[in-house]
Amino acid sequence: MKLLGKLDWSAIPLDQPIPLLASATAGGAIIAVLIYAWAKGWWPYLWNEWITSVDHKRIGVMYIILAAVMLLRGFADAVMMRSQQALALHGAQGYLPPEHYDQVFSAHGTIMIFFGGMPFVIGLMNFVVPLQLGVRDVAFPTWNNTGFWLTATGALLVNLSLGIGEFARTGWLPYPPLSELAYSPGVGVDYYLWALQISGVGTLSTGINLVTTILKMRAPGMSYMRMPIFCWTSLAANLLIVAAFPILTATLAMLTLDRYIGFHFFTNDAGGNPMMFVNLIWAWGHPEVYILILPSFGIFSEIFSTFSSKPLFGYRSMVMATLFICLVSFLVWLHHFFTMGAGGDVNAAFGIATSIIAVGTGVKVYNWLFTMYGGRVRFEVPMLWALGFVVTFVIGGMTGVLLAVPPADFVLHNSLFLVAHFHNVIIGGVIFGCFAGYEYWFPKAFGFRLHKGWGVAAFWLTLAGFLLTFMPLYVVGMEGMTRRLQHIDNDLWDPWILAAGAGTVVIGLGVLSQIVQLVVSIRMREQLRDMTGDPWNGRTLEWVTPSPPPTFNFPVLHDVHGADAYWGLKQAAIAQERLYEEPDYKPIEMPRNSPTGFVTAFFATIIGFSLIWHIWWLVGLGLVGAYATFVVFAWRNEDEYEIPAEEVARVDRARRAARGPEWLAAMEPQQ
Amino acid sequence: MKGLSFQGIARALTTASLLALAGCSHQGVLDPAGPIGAGERTILLNSMVIMLVIVIPTIVATLGFAWWYRADKPRGRYLPDWAYSGRVELVVWSIPILVILFLAGVIWVGSHDLDPYKPLPAEKNVKPIEVQVVSLDWKWLFIYPEQGVASVNSLVIPAGTPIHFSLTSASVMNAFFVHRLGSMIYTMNGMVTQVSLQADKPGIYWGQSAQYSGDGFSDMNFQTRAVPPADFAAWVAKTKGQGPVLDAAAYAGLVKQSVVRQPFDYGAVQPGLFDQIAMQKIAPAPGPQVGRGDINVSPRSSK
Repeated sequence: MKLLGKLDWSAIPLDQPIPLLASATAGGAIIAVLIYAWAKGWWPYLWNEWITSVDHKRIGVMYIILAAVMLLRGFADAVMMRSQQALALHGAQGYLPPEHYDQVFSAHGTIMIFFGGMPFVIGLMNFVVPLQLGVRDVAFPTWNNTGFWLTATGALLVNLSLGIGEFARTGWLPYPPLSELAYSPGVGVDYYLWALQISGVGTLSTGINLVTTILKMRAPGMSYMRMPIFCWTSLAANLLIVAAFPILTATLAMLTLDRYIGFHFFTNDAGGNPMMFVNLIWAWGHPEVYILILPSFGIFSEIFSTFSSKPLFGYRSMVMATLFICLVSFLVWLHHFFTMGAGGDVNAAFGIATSIIAVGTGVKVYNWLFTMYGGRVRFEVPMLWALGFVVTFVIGGMTGVLLAVPPADFVLHNSLFLVAHFHNVIIGGVIFGCFAGYEYWFPKAFGFRLHKGWGVAAFWLTLAGFLLTFMPLYVVGMEGMTRRLQHIDNDLWDPWILAAGAGTVVIGLGVLSQIVQLVVSIRMREQLRDMTGDPWNGRTLEWVTPSPPPTFNFPVLHDVHGADAYWGLKQAAIAQERLYEEPDYKPIEMPRNSPTGFVTAFFATIIGFSLIWHIWWLVGLGLVGAYATFVVFAWRNEDEYEIPAEEVARVDRARRAARGPEWLAAMEPQQ
Repeated sequence: MKGLSFQGIARALTTASLLALAGCSHQGVLDPAGPIGAGERTILLNSMVIMLVIVIPTIVATLGFAWWYRADKPRGRYLPDWAYSGRVELVVWSIPILVILFLAGVIWVGSHDLDPYKPLPAEKNVKPIEVQVVSLDWKWLFIYPEQGVASVNSLVIPAGTPIHFSLTSASVMNAFFVHRLGSMIYTMNGMVTQVSLQADKPGIYWGQSAQYSGDGFSDMNFQTRAVPPADFAAWVAKTKGQGPVLDAAAYAGLVKQSVVRQPFDYGAVQPGLFDQIAMQKIAPAPGPQVGRGDINVSPRSSK
């Protein structure tokens, strides 16, 4: 037995300059940042205020930073894929050999879904939901922090595979038998499995946490039908997480047993059934799509309402449509494999079930439309993303319903038409939603707005680049081109592939504008400062508190008397020409920060890495460490501290001072 | 008169969507060369038109409402509390429900009519041809059991004749797809799937795998040559007895991971070979020959 299991020098891709340089650069950048932070003396601050923080707002921000970094990594993969295909025409082989290209597209999908999209959505929910509910934190604050760090562990493992070993060459869902040991003997699939299992624990924790928070902890008077719509869509998404992620965990565990100790769940031989994996993975995979998109729908609902200065039209319909989508999303998974030879009855049933989801989505689109009716529409950056979303998403929805028609799917399955479709809904829906939410809530999180000009530029460039990239892919899919080709032997497809490559450049300019916007905004933060805490004339409770909100969120918990709670408060204040009476301030108990999450994740990283490389003694050590961390946390003596009433009063008086009569007058929309 | 204008609109929408979504497609799934592909094209376009009828007005209305009620220069009256209208709600739910009801009919009928397992009707005096397909890493094996010949990466079929394909895989999953003929179908080890296709006219059609299957996947293309029936008979006669023989030993060599750039034919095939593969009497094909999952091999399995 080797001390380091399968790990030796051959794991380092010394013969492959691209991953070697990329991982060296990334590693170097991380070390440089750490040294810079150390030289500046920021480490204690980062450790005390961020890494060990159990504040849902800071955890939300950390999730979004992780997501942003991973979106950049995934985008780099996308650039490589588009450029490889554009360079591999007419018998050319491009610059990425198949064994490398296959890792790139597998990593792209895995990273974008699990470490780009999911953390962004979860980060926004984490930040916004307790504020909108008018409460001080989530139900389980330390667990929340642990969930974040376990997600980060997964992201770290996936990225480690760049420089140590390899990543999966199976696609982002590792269909067996290709992903079984016989056909994928390397460590790539193992990286995939353990990264997802560990981050999956984090995601499930968040799901349970937010479901509990929404069901059990709302401001006084906030009945279910008075919750902001984003809380409803978050509830639906987290219920889906709780119901669907265990399926993923079980499925991946079965594949792990196949690969590690010779089980035969999904192998070709000994009675294994690869099709069962396909069923199970999509029983998780389809709800996953709605885990991503439902919070986005919620974000857009808030934005349409705020920037039209009107309540959301058809609130009850929206809630019903959300829960309807939530339920039906579990009944459609077979549409991912109409072409595996199920009969007409089965295909038709799942095809119809799938298109029924479009009823829920259609209702939502119309309700957004009527939210603008009779409103005063302000074209701020979040609203631009929302309008861009509706236009692109209905096209994506249409192509999705087309793919749900089995005979159409028989010629479009796995084609670039499908690729264009799901990018159409994931970029046009989830990513636009995340960017809209980022622009919308950024002033709440940091107390200053993002620069509008660069935001507008980012929007138009991203939209144009998106259309230029994916409309050609619809066409080439109609011409029969299948996905995941490392080189292209059919000359008919060439022009469209080149056009899509050009589109990627434009998206790149959009990404750049987004980064420039952040840098410029930070540098101009004094000009962009928002003193009131309510820059958009908001309607829900997160805008009642100062920006950035104090640790305890609200100096006093507000009584809620209807939907759009803050709008109601403001209308009352406008009518009476003054704010409500200064309340009686009381001390507030808040949870203490805890390194539990970070330490657990540290051991989880060790466990994951040594399982991938079969370093069994280190697995044992990691498990002992993780368990010890848990025991230490369980035996803690004090877990809360008190914020004195004077401090609470100081924060609230500053807020009240910023919201004088002039501000109230400005909040009144023109007739 | 009304019907006429509806047809006009439908035709305009179809043309628009064709232009938008298929560009100058002349080799795609919108230009089918057989009855299955033609049926699928019809359903594809019908469904698209049904949806464009609501999608286009929705896009226009969204942009229109936003512009009409823009805060700088609003045209309509401000209704700060207008958030519910029973009538609007009724319409809002009815439109998608009615469209989906209609579409559900299309889906139900289409799924049964174009079920890949459904045999194609043959004209009088035309005998359907049976072709057995085995996907290998990374090439296609086509066995003609009645003719006793086989070919690799080249599919020859008589035009105007229904072809019944039985398909399996020697190793990992693939999908058999000749997009101008229509319906793709997966190939899986230990299982047999079926599809019936037909080329109406002679021609050369692009064939490929439509399910990623590993490093050699991009080379899993094959030419489908639809030839007049007489030419098909001539091809069988020419091939039969010529060239290599596909028996268990030859098959064991063929299943090893490789890419075949020059298609070739087998002059004879061991009877029952396809069934032996499908029933796993012949073990599933091996994966990479180097870098097996042993602790002593390179972590990067291609090495």
